[in-house]
Amino acid sequence: MSTVKLTVNGKAVSADVEDRTLLVNLLRDHLNLTGTHVGCDTSQCGACVVHIDGRAVKSCTVLAGQAAGSSVTTIEGIAKGDELHPMQAAFRDNHGLQCGYCTPGMIMSAIDIVHRHGGQLDEETVRHELEGNICRCTGYHNIVKSVLDAAGRMKVSQAAE
Amino acid sequence: MGVEGIGARVVRKEDRRFITGKGRYVDDIKLVGMTHAHFVRSPHAHAKVKSVDTSEAMKMPGVVGVLTGQQLVDDKIGNLICGWAITSKDGTGMKMGAWPAMAPETVRFVGQAVAVVIAETKNQARDAAEAVVVEYEELPAAPDIRTAIAPGAPQLHPEAPGNVIYDWVIGDEGATDAAFKSAANVISLDITNNRLVPNAMEPRAALAEYNEPEEHFTLYTTSQNPHVARLVLSAFYNIAQEHKLRVVAPDVGGGFGSKIFIYPEEMVALWASKKVGRPVKWTGDRTEAFLTDAHGRDHLTKAELAFDKDNKITGLRVKTYANLGAYMSLFSSSVPTYLYATLLSGQYNIPNIFAEVISVYSNTVPVDAYRGAGRPEASFVVERLMETAARQLNVDPAELRRKNFITQFPHQTPVIMAYDIGDFGASLDAAMKAIDYSGFAARKAKAKSEGKLRGIGVSCYIEACGIAPSKAVGSLGAGVGLWESAEVRVNPVGTIEVLTGSHSHGQGHETAFSQLIAERLGVPISQVQIVHGDTDKVQFGMGTYGSRSAAVGLTAILKAMEKVEAKAKKIVAHQLEASENDIVIENGEFKVAGTDKSLAFPMVALAAYTAHNLPDGMEPGLKETAFYDPTNFTFPAGAYICEMEVDAATGKSTFVNFVAADDFGRLINPMIVEGQVHGGLAQGIGQALLEGAVYDASGQLVTASFMDYTMPRADDLPSFKLSHTTTLCPGNPLGVKGCGEAGAIGASAAVINAITDAIGTNKLEMPATPDRVWHAIHG
Repeated sequence: MSTVKLTVNGKAVSADVEDRTLLVNLLRDHLNLTGTHVGCDTSQCGACVVHIDGRAVKSCTVLAGQAAGSSVTTIEGIAKGDELHPMQAAFRDNHGLQCGYCTPGMIMSAIDIVHRHGGQLDEETVRHELEGNICRCTGYHNIVKSVLDAAGRMKVSQAAE
Repeated sequence: MGVEGIGARVVRKEDRRFITGKGRYVDDIKLVGMTHAHFVRSPHAHAKVKSVDTSEAMKMPGVVGVLTGQQLVDDKIGNLICGWAITSKDGTGMKMGAWPAMAPETVRFVGQAVAVVIAETKNQARDAAEAVVVEYEELPAAPDIRTAIAPGAPQLHPEAPGNVIYDWVIGDEGATDAAFKSAANVISLDITNNRLVPNAMEPRAALAEYNEPEEHFTLYTTSQNPHVARLVLSAFYNIAQEHKLRVVAPDVGGGFGSKIFIYPEEMVALWASKKVGRPVKWTGDRTEAFLTDAHGRDHLTKAELAFDKDNKITGLRVKTYANLGAYMSLFSSSVPTYLYATLLSGQYNIPNIFAEVISVYSNTVPVDAYRGAGRPEASFVVERLMETAARQLNVDPAELRRKNFITQFPHQTPVIMAYDIGDFGASLDAAMKAIDYSGFAARKAKAKSEGKLRGIGVSCYIEACGIAPSKAVGSLGAGVGLWESAEVRVNPVGTIEVLTGSHSHGQGHETAFSQLIAERLGVPISQVQIVHGDTDKVQFGMGTYGSRSAAVGLTAILKAMEKVEAKAKKIVAHQLEASENDIVIENGEFKVAGTDKSLAFPMVALAAYTAHNLPDGMEPGLKETAFYDPTNFTFPAGAYICEMEVDAATGKSTFVNFVAADDFGRLINPMIVEGQVHGGLAQGIGQALLEGAVYDASGQLVTASFMDYTMPRADDLPSFKLSHTTTLCPGNPLGVKGCGEAGAIGASAAVINAITDAIGTNKLEMPATPDRVWHAIHG
């Protein structure tokens, strides 16, 4: 057992976990942040994507201990109160989700994609970049639309800040 | 239509919880004292279980209990059942072998559960499962259809000699043979319909709790049909009585058919919760999903189409072998029979059809309904035959189809189905226009000049949905009725709760069903709560599959609404001293037509509950129930056209365009409908290009993870061009047909027709990987 201290969604947290505990299990089982999902166990599906120090990471592939001292943001931590993150709003407005299971990971990956490309995105780039996130419901059509829409919204909201 | 009424593109109510991480799936639920289950599974495809030694595992840290198949037998727990009886052509019933939830004597597929460990934590259960020692005596395995039906093949079940479950026929064999004898041309094809893994993104899970003083169980589970789960668990398995079992299917992360069935793990979790006296949670991992979720498709078919000299179809003859896996899953027997062969007429006027279906056991995971369930297989047979025929008869594929389309409705096919309505020419026209069909020859020539192979493929599908009239399915062997129930509860303040037996696991029922209430009463959808997925709340229901939730589930809600409105009108007529026939509903007001007298809906609701001034003899309250049983299947149909470009040097196929023109009848929420089509298309395209479950000769599933089984990713798919043509379904008052499966039914033939057109050879099996396409080109 080890004590892992880190920041999650802006709050300092500490948990006593087995050394083999994965970050996703720390989030789900110890911190009750069940928005981050497990879909495959092999780092393929991306349902577990969170941000570690601002970068999208598959939390099923990181030991909780490896995240010690870092700042983790989960799907629960991106809205500002009642105000949705532009990516969340874009997924809703473009019907970018159906069963909702892959959605948190999709949104967290998509935010990272927009950041990395400075909002300069086209359909081909979005499709290529989403390669690490699997959705079985939407055929990706509306997810791609959502990400392109959000890229525009994020530019606007950044400009406003 | 109001802004939130029928036909409006209303953004989904349920989305907020999903996009903020507040969805509540089974694995998200924690109960006080909860333990965790991990199954010990067979590494062999076929073996005798000589002994199961749990003594070391019992001593491991955190272990609460280790249970085996023998204990299921000792507790007289029933075997899993198949709920649809099929009769062979010789009049005998289907040959069902016993399927215990954990195997006490024989394992018949890799991954079959033998024992379960219950421990304080998931890791402890996993560790202890490693310490359970099972001694096996390996037996020869039959991991595919050809091996299973070969002379001298390993026998799976003593009940089924030769591994044949049934040999079933439909249609008129003599008349069909005669049609072939007098045919001007006969087209024949051998078709493999590849085996698929449903892979809903949420793995199956079960959380069971037993309340000892009340002798009452609660099961939270990933189900498309919680009431059916309760019925089966109580009626057949001897674990809990129906009134002592609550089944809750909360948010469910996709189903695609795979969460219809009752599986061993859910059953064992329920039973174990009583055995160990603690709540028991089991959550499958992805490899368990590959190894134990019912797979789909897996047919070998020989099909022949007879034409007269004018290229009119005169007969269709089909012989199909269907792999049902090692055991008969809940609805497995119906999929290759009544959900498959009854659709072999496609969109065409075919006077004579005869089909024979032989379903066989093999040492693989059970096969059952997967999105489309039998209808994709049928559509693939018919549309590959039509495309092949057009090429061999040297006529345009679209025109050959048009020449043979059914144009008069209702139309009785030779294989049970009575198509109620459709306009197949209209969908084909719309698709051809969308893809600029007439300009294809020029595009192909241009591609050729650039060294690329360009092809176009048409697929005109039809399906039978809204499953289905109870009397009809009962006469065909179904063990259940397929009606749906609904209850509309108007609260005293005028808000509305709708309880439905349909289950939403991505389909957006909370929004679409609310839109019906908004349409009828003029209230905002925020005033409506859709309640589903809990047997304690909803009296009964048959669940969601077969694209039935709008045609059957929503019609049940409409029927209950009509009763609510009728009673409300009586109250208003009484209070406003008018005739109840003069009361009309407009924008949330009950008005006396032609006057300025009205009552707002909340005031009507309040009046019903205060009961101060009701008509003589009227009961207080405003709550009505309806059970709706459809009068026919519904028949969604459409035309898909795919244009592909193939690189002859690599065998890689690239989408140029994919267009879909569907006729789903009335659309409740076009945005949601389009989303359903997108997802279905992705699964159909996945089958055509990427997906395939592969067992090796020893019965090991070698595609048992997302690293080995190719799921469609964003960069494998194009954006789709959708359009709709509309004939309203005459079978239900809403005129809806259903849209959930169409994409998966129609897409795969369009893709394969396009690639084979591009490469100029017709022999190409699914999935058409670059390797297979390259070999098809280069021999």
